[in-house]
Amino acid sequence: MIDADQKRHVVTITVNGVRHTASVEARQLLVHLLREDLGLTGTHVGCDTSQCGACTVDIDGQAVKSCTVLAVMADGASITTIEGLAPAGGALHPVQAAFHEHHALQCGFCTPGMIMAARQLLAQNPDPTESEIRHHLAGNICRCTGYTNIVRAVQSLASEAHRHE
Amino acid sequence: MSEATATKYVGQPLRRREDFKFVTGKGRYTDDIKSPGMLHMAVLRSPHAHAVIRQVDLSAAQASPGVRLALSGADLAGKIGAIVPNWIIPGTKVPDRPVVAIDRVRFVGECVALVVAETQAMAHDAVELIDVNYEILPAVIDEEAAIRDGAPQLHDNVPNNITTVYKIGGGDYGKVAQEADQVITLRVTNNRLIPTCMETRSILAEPDVNGTLTLYLQSQVPHMHRRWIADTVGISEHQLRIVAPDIGGGFGAKMHLYPEELLCPYLARFLGVPVKWWESRSESHQSTNHGRAHTETLEIAFRNDGKILGLKVETLGNVGAYLSNMASGGPTVNTINFGTGAYKIEHYTARSRVVVTNTVPVDAYRGYGRPEGAYIAERAIDAVARHLDLDQVEVRRRNFIQPADFPYRPYNGPATIYDSGNYEGCLVKAMEAINYDARSNERDQLRAKGRYRGIGVAAYTHMCGMAPSRRLSLLGFNRGGWESARVSVDSGGRVVIFSGSMSQGHGHVTSLAQIAADVLQVPIENIDVVQGDTRQVQAGHGTFNSRSMAVGGSSVHVSSTRVVAKARKIAAGMLEVDEADISYQGGQFTVPGTDIPPLTFGAVARMAYVGHKLPDGMEPGLDETVFYDPKGMGAPSGIHMAYVDVDPETGIVEILDYVAVDDAGTIINPLLAAGQIHGGVVQGIAQALYEEVSYDPDTGQLMTGSLLDYAVPRAEHVPSIRSLFQETPSPTNPIGVKGIGESGSIAAPPCMVHAVLDALSPFGIKHLDMPMTPPRVWLAIQTARTGASR
Repeated sequence: MIDADQKRHVVTITVNGVRHTASVEARQLLVHLLREDLGLTGTHVGCDTSQCGACTVDIDGQAVKSCTVLAVMADGASITTIEGLAPAGGALHPVQAAFHEHHALQCGFCTPGMIMAARQLLAQNPDPTESEIRHHLAGNICRCTGYTNIVRAVQSLASEAHRHE
Repeated sequence: MSEATATKYVGQPLRRREDFKFVTGKGRYTDDIKSPGMLHMAVLRSPHAHAVIRQVDLSAAQASPGVRLALSGADLAGKIGAIVPNWIIPGTKVPDRPVVAIDRVRFVGECVALVVAETQAMAHDAVELIDVNYEILPAVIDEEAAIRDGAPQLHDNVPNNITTVYKIGGGDYGKVAQEADQVITLRVTNNRLIPTCMETRSILAEPDVNGTLTLYLQSQVPHMHRRWIADTVGISEHQLRIVAPDIGGGFGAKMHLYPEELLCPYLARFLGVPVKWWESRSESHQSTNHGRAHTETLEIAFRNDGKILGLKVETLGNVGAYLSNMASGGPTVNTINFGTGAYKIEHYTARSRVVVTNTVPVDAYRGYGRPEGAYIAERAIDAVARHLDLDQVEVRRRNFIQPADFPYRPYNGPATIYDSGNYEGCLVKAMEAINYDARSNERDQLRAKGRYRGIGVAAYTHMCGMAPSRRLSLLGFNRGGWESARVSVDSGGRVVIFSGSMSQGHGHVTSLAQIAADVLQVPIENIDVVQGDTRQVQAGHGTFNSRSMAVGGSSVHVSSTRVVAKARKIAAGMLEVDEADISYQGGQFTVPGTDIPPLTFGAVARMAYVGHKLPDGMEPGLDETVFYDPKGMGAPSGIHMAYVDVDPETGIVEILDYVAVDDAGTIINPLLAAGQIHGGVVQGIAQALYEEVSYDPDTGQLMTGSLLDYAVPRAEHVPSIRSLFQETPSPTNPIGVKGIGESGSIAAPPCMVHAVLDALSPFGIKHLDMPMTPPRVWLAIQTARTGASR
């Protein structure tokens, strides 16, 4: 149905260190603000029920599915997207480099969300077991890799104790 | 620029050259592309499985904010051609399929009307305001129910809902069934699946002022899409440019002609502005083709030593409401031609009937028919082993096609030929890797303690890269079997490969360049790969049927070889020696045994373009295009083994180990090949344990309409897959490759079923249908226990 409240709202967010102000509809999702208004198309939309995790971004230090957040809810937040992990022309973030080294991506569509989710895991638990990695990534669907090399890539960043288990 | 290289690239686990853009969020998928002034299309889909359309009232939608256009099927009648299949098995009755339903809908999700508006949200808002008056008709969703007397009929020209009857076989099944020690029957189902590419479909159509049209489209087959869309919309192929950017997975779902792929180009030309459409996930479940959906009845005649003498197969392939692109070929040629699998079953009779129902159309999904065919052969041999209480490995050995039998024509049939293989080699490797004897002992010991573990085995073989072209016409497959490659060298020696293959995550930018680098003997960094733009790539058939290395890779090999042959002639002229005296190694043309200074590949390339010293009659340039039509098809094969634990109290199946040994001939890049196996196996495990499309049998409502209800496995539901290779080169192409992409999803379903049946053998359970969900496994155990205590 047509939204009865056509009023627009002004939100200010910092994305990858850059401050943006945007006028949004009340119903606009954060993922659409990032993709459509800010042109940050590395964050993907793979479903409409918050299952797939392709839209995962970092909001104030937490990995969050940006399809479950209204743009107005993010007002004042500091957000990191996949585009913000490695500085332009600089070295890849260790999670990005591990995904490349271990062939942890094929079509690449789930990859940004998967990297953001893996980054969060390693921030919380620098020493995850295979089981912890698999459990933590359960909110992100990959249809190409069978997860084998994704788990391997994340394991390569875990401490020596769990790397070869 | 460095030119010399002694490295052999083929066989190396090179990291992918395409990764950087994907890991940094710089991939460019169709929905990432915007065009100035573009409008957005949204589609109204039928909420009913079967109904007459009485009236479509668009007035409220037309008055909705931002709406430019609202159309019903009747408005479009005569303006766009119908959707016609590309593979029509001889004798098939093809139902009419308008792009948008006009007077009747036949599945939940069928296009009924559309809106074009300024934003996607406005288009979706307006679609909600379209008022359709339906008269609901009885629906039928099951293939066995659909062919019964009195079943609802979908199409006037398809009596009994059967579009196609196809038969294949050889020998004399009736005779061996009489002579056999035993004959058993088995009914198996191949559950309906949703391919679930992580990127849903989307399209952007851009009209140009000169009458041409650019279509951004995730297509596995850009040149085929160009032909189909040009034919249907009424434009010539050269006026239509298809650009397939990065594609978020295909698995067969993105190689067919869908209504939206015709609507966007039509609307863009009609309105004179770009038109975009994006499919939501829930929309995808009811509009993008499903896969599998078979019921098979098997009759197996065998000796008491486990040798199968004959096999009789009845297949019913559910293709949904209409015949999609390849739909008459999947349950027929692709399935029952391969029903004898890796085994010498010389007496075979098989019939397949293709059935329409009030469901989403069913078409290719990773393996298309070969998983169903392998499932027939594997469930048959497993049933024999279980019936005779023989070892599952030993029974397979007694029936295998042997290395000396190749090239082998199963059941002396007319169409199928397996070029090469060594199944025993794969079997031994798999048994060693999974530790077969030790695990068997462990299983037996744990059984005494009430723990239920099982080992599953599956063997497979099939054929990849449908070819040669002239053979395809006999099957009603209305396309060629060739692939095109252009290897273009610039005047400094840098190379671009223009390939008709189309990566959807396969890594062709790496693998095709590996093939070319070895032939051209230049560093791989000097080779770029272009795919997916019909304005740049001369021609092609695309990526499906595990054909990209076998056919696409071979075409790159042949064109690279021609480039070197021409360069050698030019070098001979430049060095003023006989061509036969020239040696080309490491990117240098030399004359061995002389002190003539070597010529670099780049220097020869420059001469090819300045043309000052070319041999008499030679055209300038160093740029070769081939249309490579294979002489035959490669037959990948392999053995997969799984070790599982089944909890009898919950019915939960835990996979403790999974080993895949695959023989895909020469492996171009073992890292990428293993990645294909990992993903394919997990899709196969998903079919075996988790995924099934569910319809309400009475109303035809789709019950698994979103990723909340359709159980795509997550990382915590599957194990790490162990992938090993055996390389028996294919004699059918110059690089010896077969095919790898579909092997995992072919082998894993029967492997998993056999593992669970092995675990449950103490209960006397001899068959389970997929998906083996906890309730289904639990119920089977409870039923067996109740029966045993009776």
